[in-house]
Amino acid sequence: MEVIMALTVGGMVAGSVYLFLSRQYLRVMFGVIVLSNAVNVAILTVGRLTSGRAPLISRGNEVMDQAAANPLPQALILTAIVIGFGLLAFALALGYRAYQEMGTLDTAAMRAAEPEDKR
Amino acid sequence: MILTAILAIILAAFIAPTLNRVLPALSHWLLALVPLSAAYWFAIQVPGVVAGVPVLESTSWAPSLGVALSFRLDGLSLLFALLICGIGAFILIYSGGYLRGHPREGRFHLFIMAFMAAMLGLVTADDLISLFVFWELTSITSFMLIGFNNEDARSRRSAIQALMVTGGGGMALLAGLVLLGMASGEWSLTAIAASGTDLRTHALYPVLLVLLLLAAFTKSAQVPFHFWLPNAMDAPTPVSAYLHSATMVKAGVYLLARLNPTLGGTEPWFWALTIAGGVTALWGSAMALRSTDLKKILAYTTLMALGVLVLLVGIGSDGAMKAFAGFLLAHALYKGALFMGAGSVDHGSGTRNVGELGGLWAKMPATGLFIAIAALSMAGLPPMLGFLGKELIYEDVFGGGQYVALAALLLANSSMVAAAGILFLKPFLGVPTKAAAGAHESGPALLAGPALLAGLSLLFGLWPALPQGLLAAAASAARGAPLELDLHLWHGLTPALGLSAVTVALGVGLYAGLTSARTLLAGVQRVTRIDHDKAWDCLLSLLDRLAGRVAGWLQDGLLHRYLAWIFSGILFLLGTTLAVRGGLVWPGISLEVEDALGGSLAVLMLGGTVGAIRAHSRMEAVLALAITGMSVALFFLLFSAPDVGITQLMVETLSAIILVLIMAKLPLLPPGSDRSHRVAIFHGFLAIGLGGVVSAILLAALDQPLALGLSRFFGDTSLLEAHGRNVVNVILVDFRGFDTLGEITVIATAGLGVFALLRARMGKSKGRKA
Repeated sequence: MEVIMALTVGGMVAGSVYLFLSRQYLRVMFGVIVLSNAVNVAILTVGRLTSGRAPLISRGNEVMDQAAANPLPQALILTAIVIGFGLLAFALALGYRAYQEMGTLDTAAMRAAEPEDKR
Repeated sequence: MILTAILAIILAAFIAPTLNRVLPALSHWLLALVPLSAAYWFAIQVPGVVAGVPVLESTSWAPSLGVALSFRLDGLSLLFALLICGIGAFILIYSGGYLRGHPREGRFHLFIMAFMAAMLGLVTADDLISLFVFWELTSITSFMLIGFNNEDARSRRSAIQALMVTGGGGMALLAGLVLLGMASGEWSLTAIAASGTDLRTHALYPVLLVLLLLAAFTKSAQVPFHFWLPNAMDAPTPVSAYLHSATMVKAGVYLLARLNPTLGGTEPWFWALTIAGGVTALWGSAMALRSTDLKKILAYTTLMALGVLVLLVGIGSDGAMKAFAGFLLAHALYKGALFMGAGSVDHGSGTRNVGELGGLWAKMPATGLFIAIAALSMAGLPPMLGFLGKELIYEDVFGGGQYVALAALLLANSSMVAAAGILFLKPFLGVPTKAAAGAHESGPALLAGPALLAGLSLLFGLWPALPQGLLAAAASAARGAPLELDLHLWHGLTPALGLSAVTVALGVGLYAGLTSARTLLAGVQRVTRIDHDKAWDCLLSLLDRLAGRVAGWLQDGLLHRYLAWIFSGILFLLGTTLAVRGGLVWPGISLEVEDALGGSLAVLMLGGTVGAIRAHSRMEAVLALAITGMSVALFFLLFSAPDVGITQLMVETLSAIILVLIMAKLPLLPPGSDRSHRVAIFHGFLAIGLGGVVSAILLAALDQPLALGLSRFFGDTSLLEAHGRNVVNVILVDFRGFDTLGEITVIATAGLGVFALLRARMGKSKGRKA
């Protein structure tokens, strides 16, 4: 299963890179969404996949069952998901403002910081 | 104690501006006490060092790197240290008088004392890395000093030019010193000299020689790197007197003399140094005769002196090193006095142009007297120290049979005689001019320096036994073997005396026929003319254009190209690392029945991704993304991560809502593809390549055994120590609580940012053209 997921992550990364390279700001945002999903899946996969055994300590036990899923990647992903969401929200708001100011979302035409070379 | 001296000077440098504000009339006298006491300490080391016992001290600096602040005071270092502190003290006093009332006088003291400290460190450093650091510090502080009149464009240009030339040499020095350390296996000069490794036959010798010579030649303004030195005369006179007579330009000479015992004596060393030195000496003296500005004349004669010193190190025999030490001291003394005297003339009469000066003797007798003594020393006439220095040079070069060098030296020295004449005779004894009529004698601050230095030139000439021991120790250090030195004003009728007589005769002839000599020189220079200054400007503008081209090509302001560069870089670095390090593993797929559910989720994720790429409308894209996101959430739920799955569901829903809400205010996606066919293929390759690399990395990671130590720890202590049964939650809120706090802060900041972006109505302000 891990191997399948490793390949899937590769596919998602490829898709997100392709979206990133677009000239449309919205497509770049789509790339951000796909990439953050891909990375989260990658983290869980590398920590090994266990089905049906959540990392919980059952009643009567003092320590977690050794066969339970690896808790560390899950904690990391939880953080990553939330941060990724914050990033997306900010970037979308930024795009919105940029559109209001410049009237376009074509990144090749958004050149306030680096105007066309006059030479 | 050496370190203490350096630190004391730095400390004094930093209080200089304040002191100047509080006690404007006294500050320079007080500040001069610091280098003076340092000079006193160095002076009492003389007997010990002359007896052959160098002072050593070491403070560890970066022990993990093996870098130490170690200092070593042998004859050569001591001679330099005395010159730096002694002349430095009087330069400080002089600059106090010279810049009286200048709004930035305090800052000037700061710079010049910082330079003094750097220079002192340079000549006493034993560790290669500290040597380099001090070397660079001298470049930087001298940049500030040359550009002190920073509202003057010429000053700024000269300062930048000097910084770039000497700074470039500094780069070469670093590389050269590192190679030296690698070749010898030692990182201190003492250890290198003691290790006995024969560096001259080492494979790295040619490379490190070129690098170190580059450093020395740029710093000591040898042809073809000489052009920055005359330009540096835009600095205030005290700077010229200090940096360009006694100290900074001699740093390169110091480096050569310091390395002579370990690297010198080979054919390349001999030829490189004698040719560069000889050409510099001749060029400097020719230019000195052509100039009419007092400071320019002195600058060019400095070039001549530097050339001679380099030439002597190149010859490198016992006699040459003795002559080196003698001439070094003589030159520092007379050149310092002359520069300060020239500054006083400028100060008193308002001009430095020889043509406008005449008859100053009546107005400025004291300055005139000191200039006369120093000029006599420069001309190499008895009973001055300059005479002794010149005799030593002639004795050795004649005895060694280097007749080409001898001819060059003869010409250069006779030009010095003529230059001395230009400096003194016409301005002081000539017919009084308008400028001289308003001239006035300088105050004690301006006279102290020239008086002392000229006095020493005379004293040492009359009583050569006084500096003899130290000069011998300096020569021994530069030779790497103990040398005896016996200085006398009267050597008897030797060939050297004869050569001196010829020199003086030639010099007087040159001075008498100065006009025709100048025409002749102008003619010669028209033929061999290379305008280095122009060439420098050309080089810089060429560099500018090249940088513009490259930057324009790399940074064309198009986001997708930037990203393409970045992705290509990542792909190249990761890909080659994987391939070279053998990170490509293929575990083989073993499909089992229970993988079917996970596999179908994987297909959905990929399908959603493809859908997002191929979507023509925005809503299609949002739906496709939702498919991916929900599949990911299900995948988390399936593989025992319920908390993650729930969070993913929530975030995915929120993301979709926000996307749709914001999209309502944004334009539709333009129809058709937003890249051409060729670009699409390139981007496709890049994307697939990166995806492949990521997959390969994951497979390589999966191939390694998993380190479960940390996970076990959390599982074992979650209930017992943190009293929680949900291990993931306990990690987040307890074990990594601060991390989560940071995460909350990030989210809050992002929220504030969104709020500000949506609320702030910047409007279309006038200054911005969108």
